[in-house]
Amino acid sequence: MSSEIRVGEQLPTLQLGPVNRTTLALFGGASGDHNPIHIDTDFARRAGMPDVFAQGMLGMAWLGRVITKWIPQGRLRQYDARFSGITHLGNTITCTGEVVELLELNGEACARIALTSSNQFGQNKIMGEAIVALA
Amino acid sequence: MIDKKFIGYQLKPSSLYLDRTRLQFFAKAIGEQDPVYFDPASAKAAGYPDLPAPPTFIFAAELDSGANDQLLNDLGIPLTKLLHGEQSFRYFKPVYAGDAVDVQSTITDIYDKKGGKLEFVVKDSRVTNQKAELVAEMRTVLVVRH
Repeated sequence: MSSEIRVGEQLPTLQLGPVNRTTLALFGGASGDHNPIHIDTDFARRAGMPDVFAQGMLGMAWLGRVITKWIPQGRLRQYDARFSGITHLGNTITCTGEVVELLELNGEACARIALTSSNQFGQNKIMGEAIVALA
Repeated sequence: MIDKKFIGYQLKPSSLYLDRTRLQFFAKAIGEQDPVYFDPASAKAAGYPDLPAPPTFIFAAELDSGANDQLLNDLGIPLTKLLHGEQSFRYFKPVYAGDAVDVQSTITDIYDKKGGKLEFVVKDSRVTNQKAELVAEMRTVLVVRH
């Protein structure tokens, strides 16, 4: 129940499997991001990268699933991400969220959610924030 | 260095029709498992008129239309140096399969850090639906690494 949302509440964690090339190719097609640096190893190496790496927006979409698994998407008011590290092949990403503040936004009772995405080595990939309506 | 004269640059308008197949493909690509994103009957049972577009989906509009490629070309930003620094969404109305969104973006800031080693391009976007209602605003910070 929305009325039970409290500061300190942890959202259910989302654990993803290792990032692979198939995932990157599918997301490239589905998202419209055809930048070859995410799907073509030769291009990535020419750009000085060890290999292809995940689209930032793939990480943001994963982190968004933490919110929409927790509350209906229609209650999402704001969603922000700061990309703090590159997500490489083989990284297993864990997405977490925590209610950090109850606030009013445009006259509506809301909660601020701190979101993080990090890999199996504890390296942070995204620092995110969402504001959701309580009802 | 990116010429600061591009502050105020308007990207060409982008229109994106949200069809079910594309939304289902996107949901699959992000590992989504909630049936409301795949099955119209589940979406309707949850009170939606059709499949909802996941929160970040509308970012696709300017990728599909080529407006983003044109921006990078006009500003002289090579893909090999480009990173996505930040992304924000403000939501005002939901969008579903069957809706069409129009995105109009403006470059609102260009700045650099570390003596020009990193350059930043800020893009602000308005997203409207087929009824000309404001459905979302987006802000993108692109990073160019030298």
